Amino acid sequence: MRDTTVPVIELKDVGKQFELQGRRIEALRGARLTVHKGEFVCLIGASGCGKSTLLRIIAGFERPTHGEALMWGVPIAGPAPDRGMVFQDYGLFPWLTVRRNIAFGPIARGRPAAEVKDTVERFISLIGLQRFADAYPHQLSGGMKQRVAIARVLANDADVVLMDEPFGALDAMTRERLQDELLEIWQRTGLTVMFVTHSIEEAIFLADRVVVMSPGPGRIESEMRIDLPRRRDVSAPDFNEIRRELSRRLHNDLARKAA
Amino acid sequence: MSATADIGPAADAAATDASAAAPAPPVAAWRRARGALLALALPIGLIVAWHLATHGRKYSLIPPPSDVAIELYDLAFGGIYDDAYSGTLYVHLLASMSRVYGGFALALAVALPLGLMIGRIALMRQLLDPTLQLLRPIPVTAWLPLAMIMFGLGPRSAFFLVFLGAFYPILINTIFGVRSVDPRLFEAASMLGCTGSVQFFKVVLPASLPAIFTGLRLGLGFAWVVIVVGEMTGVETGLGAIIMEARQLSRTEIVICGMIVIGIAGFITDRLVVLLGRRLLRWSPSHA
Repeated sequence: MRDTTVPVIELKDVGKQFELQGRRIEALRGARLTVHKGEFVCLIGASGCGKSTLLRIIAGFERPTHGEALMWGVPIAGPAPDRGMVFQDYGLFPWLTVRRNIAFGPIARGRPAAEVKDTVERFISLIGLQRFADAYPHQLSGGMKQRVAIARVLANDADVVLMDEPFGALDAMTRERLQDELLEIWQRTGLTVMFVTHSIEEAIFLADRVVVMSPGPGRIESEMRIDLPRRRDVSAPDFNEIRRELSRRLHNDLARKAA
Repeated sequence: MSATADIGPAADAAATDASAAAPAPPVAAWRRARGALLALALPIGLIVAWHLATHGRKYSLIPPPSDVAIELYDLAFGGIYDDAYSGTLYVHLLASMSRVYGGFALALAVALPLGLMIGRIALMRQLLDPTLQLLRPIPVTAWLPLAMIMFGLGPRSAFFLVFLGAFYPILINTIFGVRSVDPRLFEAASMLGCTGSVQFFKVVLPASLPAIFTGLRLGLGFAWVVIVVGEMTGVETGLGAIIMEARQLSRTEIVICGMIVIGIAGFITDRLVVLLGRRLLRWSPSHA
């Protein structure tokens, strides 16, 4: 969309099989996907469609058994700070305060202390948790924890933020507020975001492009570009039309499977 | 709490926490006094029962509490009986404490790194775990004769037994702690740029600290149990030694004094570990 020379992320015919209790399971087959710098891509699909597997392959937590996953044209060899992951269960370090959770990445990468301090304070105010900077994760609400998890990835200069149903465990109000905050951060920083969700509405609200996946074996079914102007109104007729179309694609697929 | 309006559920939770921790002063004082009274009720009752059962009986083999109290004073400060035991308490206490803490420290120094490695490195687990599990059911006290052969009669055997007694609780709990670290935290660390052996110090150690502390408490408890057995043969000083010696001399009040001192020393040590744990584990909802 913006930088057209090399895609940030490129999946070439990526497949993933693994063994579970002696049975071979095909989690993902033939996934092709190109994501450009600054794009906001949402992946939706029923459970078992391989959307989390796809994200974990890009994160470097899983190796593809077929095909290739590339970042900036180079094969992904393992987890690294240029791809930050935001987990549904937060994955914060419970023994570190908010401040030190955010500082974890920069310290691990050996940034000088003064720079770490600046970075941390900047991101704490970005997520509005100044008053909770010295609180431990168990003292925070789900929404606050997820803000910290996002800040932790941003503070580490990630190019791509991978989000695996990050707002799935939050209540509706908190989720809406975090969606807005995420979009604001995304627009301000020019990040590339890949966001897994099972909510059609969330996908349309957030994404430049929605990738529809289907199960058994998990694969990419179709893609849909969302050109609605932002901030999007979830009750507008054109929003609804897209919702209906995506819903049709998801259910078609389920119906076909049942038949 | 002014935070409630703009922050939501966590602020509510924080508010309830705060009010639970700091109620109005008179209420808090009453609550603390009530707790102390309830805690003291049983020991006082036991002492009264002991007194009633033994006081004024000429041939009671168990001395009444008042005799024990006088003996304890004499043992600690002297000036009453002025016999061989008067004023020697601190010598024995110090001797036992040095063995307990020395053996415990050595056990910690060996069991902690070993537990971290067995928990995290499959090769270490395969190499060491079967042997350690096979040796574990052997009661520490059964090692005494062998220890006396290997280390000679005397304090070194006691030291070895304490080491052995504290070793397994620390080891087992450390392994358990490491094995139960949420795998998510390793993923989080590695995507943030913390990989390889650094994860030992940045993730494995802090994440398993609660379990390690449980091991420390159990280990220290065992150390005090074992010290008495270790000091019972061929050792001149130590609380175990005077208990054994006083038994042979039928000075039962000294035996009981030794028991009381061990109880108090063990209790204080345990409190210290708990306090240290509270400081280091402030982050853990089950310890704070």
